[in-house]
Amino acid sequence: MRYLPKSETERREMLDTLGLDSIEDLFSHLPEEARLKRPLNIAPGKSEYEIVEYFRARGEETAASYTSFLGAGVYNHYRPVLVDTVVSRGEFLTSYTPYQAEIAQGTLTTIFEFQSMLCQLTGMDVANASMYDGSSAVPEAAMMAVRVTHRNRVLVAKTVHPEYREVLRTYSQHQGMPVDDFGYVDGAGSLDLADLESKIGNDVAAVIIQSPNFFGIVEDVKAAAELAHKHGALLVVAFTEAVSLGLLSPPKEADIVAGELQSFAISPSYGGPYAGIIATKEAYIRQLPGRIVGETKDTHGNRAFCLTLATREQHIRREKATSNICTNQALIALMATVFMSVYGKEGLRELAEQNLAKAHYLAEGLDLQFSAPFFNEFVLRTEPEALNAELLKHKIIGGLPLGRFYPELEGCMLVCATEMSKRAHLDQFKKCAESVVQPALVAPRGGSL
Amino acid sequence: MIRKTRPHITQNEPLLFEISSPGKKGYQLPELDVPPIDAKKALGSQNVRDEIENFPEVSEVEVIRHFTRLSTWNYAIDLGLYPLGSCTMKYNPRINEVVARTEGLAWAHPYQPEALSQGAMEILATLEDLLAEITGMDAVTLQPAAGAHGEMTGIFLMRALLQSQGNPRKKLLIPDSAHGTNPATATMAGYAVQNIKSNERGLVDLHELEKFVDEDVAGLMITNPNTIGVFEENITKITDLMHSKGALVYMDGANMNALVGMARPGDFGIDVMHLNLHKTFSTPHGGGGPGAGPIAVKKALEPFLPTPRLRRSKDDQWTWDYNRPQSVGRVRAFYGNFGVLVRALAYTLAHGGDGLRRATLDAVLNANYIRKQLEPYFDLPYTAPSMHECVFSDTRQVKKGVRTGDIAKRLIDYGFHPYTVSFPLIVPGALMIEPTETESKSELDLFCDALISIAKEIEEDPQMVLKAPHLTRTSRVDETAAARKPVVRWKPGQSSSS
Amino acid sequence: MYPDNFRYTKEHEWVSIEGDTGTIGITDHAQHELGDIVYVDLPKVGASVAKGGTIGSVESVKAVSDIYSPVSGDVIEINQALADKPERLNEDPHGDAWLVKVRLTSSDEVKGLLSAEDYRSYIGE
Repeated sequence: MRYLPKSETERREMLDTLGLDSIEDLFSHLPEEARLKRPLNIAPGKSEYEIVEYFRARGEETAASYTSFLGAGVYNHYRPVLVDTVVSRGEFLTSYTPYQAEIAQGTLTTIFEFQSMLCQLTGMDVANASMYDGSSAVPEAAMMAVRVTHRNRVLVAKTVHPEYREVLRTYSQHQGMPVDDFGYVDGAGSLDLADLESKIGNDVAAVIIQSPNFFGIVEDVKAAAELAHKHGALLVVAFTEAVSLGLLSPPKEADIVAGELQSFAISPSYGGPYAGIIATKEAYIRQLPGRIVGETKDTHGNRAFCLTLATREQHIRREKATSNICTNQALIALMATVFMSVYGKEGLRELAEQNLAKAHYLAEGLDLQFSAPFFNEFVLRTEPEALNAELLKHKIIGGLPLGRFYPELEGCMLVCATEMSKRAHLDQFKKCAESVVQPALVAPRGGSL
Repeated sequence: MIRKTRPHITQNEPLLFEISSPGKKGYQLPELDVPPIDAKKALGSQNVRDEIENFPEVSEVEVIRHFTRLSTWNYAIDLGLYPLGSCTMKYNPRINEVVARTEGLAWAHPYQPEALSQGAMEILATLEDLLAEITGMDAVTLQPAAGAHGEMTGIFLMRALLQSQGNPRKKLLIPDSAHGTNPATATMAGYAVQNIKSNERGLVDLHELEKFVDEDVAGLMITNPNTIGVFEENITKITDLMHSKGALVYMDGANMNALVGMARPGDFGIDVMHLNLHKTFSTPHGGGGPGAGPIAVKKALEPFLPTPRLRRSKDDQWTWDYNRPQSVGRVRAFYGNFGVLVRALAYTLAHGGDGLRRATLDAVLNANYIRKQLEPYFDLPYTAPSMHECVFSDTRQVKKGVRTGDIAKRLIDYGFHPYTVSFPLIVPGALMIEPTETESKSELDLFCDALISIAKEIEEDPQMVLKAPHLTRTSRVDETAAARKPVVRWKPGQSSSS
Repeated sequence: MYPDNFRYTKEHEWVSIEGDTGTIGITDHAQHELGDIVYVDLPKVGASVAKGGTIGSVESVKAVSDIYSPVSGDVIEINQALADKPERLNEDPHGDAWLVKVRLTSSDEVKGLLSAEDYRSYIGE
């Protein structure tokens, strides 16, 4: 096997050193009943060529070269070539967690830059070195709020990504952390602050909102913060479309920001791996989960970086840790860091402006469900199945039919346009949308794609 | 005598913020082919930000030089051995990187129509089957994003099963040799932790276990081989005991590299376990992640697995089944770290059944070879047979005032990444060494020679070791200052250069 | 080194009594074992503590140790200086770097604690 760098001669020499006849002797102490007595039922090893072919064939069975108007938490953004150039370097790709600071200054420096840039983008004071993804960052942020406030109830907006809310519920079931939701204003599509006001109390640790929300709408973070703080709760602002940070006001009234960075040069890759982030105010730094890189000096006074505040983490605090998380998404976070470096201050803004322009051009003249301002996604009133079928004829994947997550929005579709959406495809979408007529009454049915 | 390294010039490199200059550009977007939009009009001026303060502006050349220079400051598997215990730092096959970037797979959106996602779903279904065969279990979920995430999911499953039987119970038994994620996970799942002392051989003490197993115990979290690299000889007695009390057994699969093709946890009584694909299945560590932590379960736990699950539709197409009333729910959005799963599948396809077995044999051979070479120089507190890793103690060296952490730092000068320091806690001053199968005899010999040389240095010149490393860009960093006054972001006018 | 008028616990805390006020700290042995102290977590003023209950923790870079109260009472003062200079705990654990002052609820409890001599033998000095 080509990854095993020993010849039979060498194995023999090593066995002689050990005074053994065969390598299997090293397993002879295993109890009889625990041993596998047959070969694994797995085909023999394949050549490189065969492996590439296998995946190429699977790729062709997976909608290569289609245009897509899907968003809903995963976005099609151009990936600058420098991203893969940098992350393909063996020193980044094949290095370990930077516990030994002296030989990991490369990784540590890039993480410090990552943390800094995320603070600048989100308006927070401190950020960690990344979480698994946005969907797990949200419950971790809720748990953080519970630790800070010593309260245990959480209120989450219905306009937070539905799958994120599912994950929150899964985590909360085991934490004694009751989760209630509050709604959105029917016509606008933004937070129903009156509903929030009716549900909030002084047992609430966190109010969780998303902006832009799942419908693409920009929320009034300030108003939500005022309401949360009035009752002594923390405001957690989530985001799924990181590109919006280039143009939208940062959520600086938030106490904790929990988001997804997939938009920053991370391939959609059928759902992962992505990178989440939690950022917060200075005062809460010791409650942050996940790894954190700090600046320090070496014995000669040179600037150096190292993992810090490790006493929050599982390997020291064990059952009292802020979280059980061990991994951070270092390589993915590095992709985001390179992306942010390539675009820079002006580029991120221009990129966001292009997204805004494309989505608003697309929406122009179409039947929108909601009236509040949106970034690069909007909710279209239509016959979703019919429109998507029509679009597929043109090798276009349409938006997400919302009935599967919001039964009240059965006749609606979530549509996203980005800087990658070409004018010709935008025009084609509009043409198809106009040609599809929505039936007067649609009976609700459980949705699946 | 240091044979593997020689000093070399590396470039200094400031932070991006320090090379930034207004107006520098590293990007060019295509011209807008739709009318531009006034952001303030479209969004409301209160929703539009001012410029991003202090955000870097650099050119493409500077980006490449910046990250390239930084990369040269890192050690990596591509440079040499990482003997980190329980991390399984094996070679990261490059073909895995190529196939993960296959266009249809890299750009697949999780919500695209199922009819257009059959290739991706086929990959997931195939990997599930392979992992079930390797672990001897009945069903696998690929949803968890990492080992700790998988552990959490696994304990949620245990709770759900016990709950469905009327009583979720209150505590989990965890050996004192366990990895820190185990008790941290127990807490996240709402269970109290009862630590079980290891016996004098470093193994789970059956009598201790008997004492603590009662109707309040939901289960045992065990690692096998354990964190000193030793196979739990009483494993079937242990699992039988737990089952006899209606409790379940969770196995931390971090050490699967010692078992693949030779023993299967499903065959020795494990009910649920996680795998670390970034360990056993070669997916790259990338400086700390991403990983993937699939879990494998016995039939009884299958109904509780996270939603959705893959199944065949009436037209024999893959489809996602969301109709799972007993499921614990989702542990993350979408389906799993697909890109990592692709790499793990490529690894498995490349090895095949026989290759996987050979890899395991070589991994255990390598660890035992190292153990034999180092035994005369370092204390071996537990003498049971080692599998894929061996654990020494710094007891002899402490007499000269030198600890495992110091030895680790001196090892860096010899051209190696340190082994795992001070873990597991049941070994005083541990040196935990796992070479993996992808190391040649010559690299192993260099490693052993290095540690033997350091052992001699400790006798003759302990300061050399105490003040190490001497040959790195940075000398020992001040972790105390970093923790006392954490500086976790750059601010203008803040620091000196590196 | 270990003041005779202090009382000690096996978990390496000390308490010094003046009237109905007890001043609590950790011993020199404890700070030595922990290494460089980076952070001290103290209770809120007004909190009640029970003898043997945790009243906070002390962190070094690689370890955390819970602090157990030698006596029961109500917290009347905490040592704010340690927030800014946790290293004082390494420098003067029996003096300047006291942790917490409590108003005792039972003066009897002190009798069960170790004397300086007993503590010194306990740590093998």
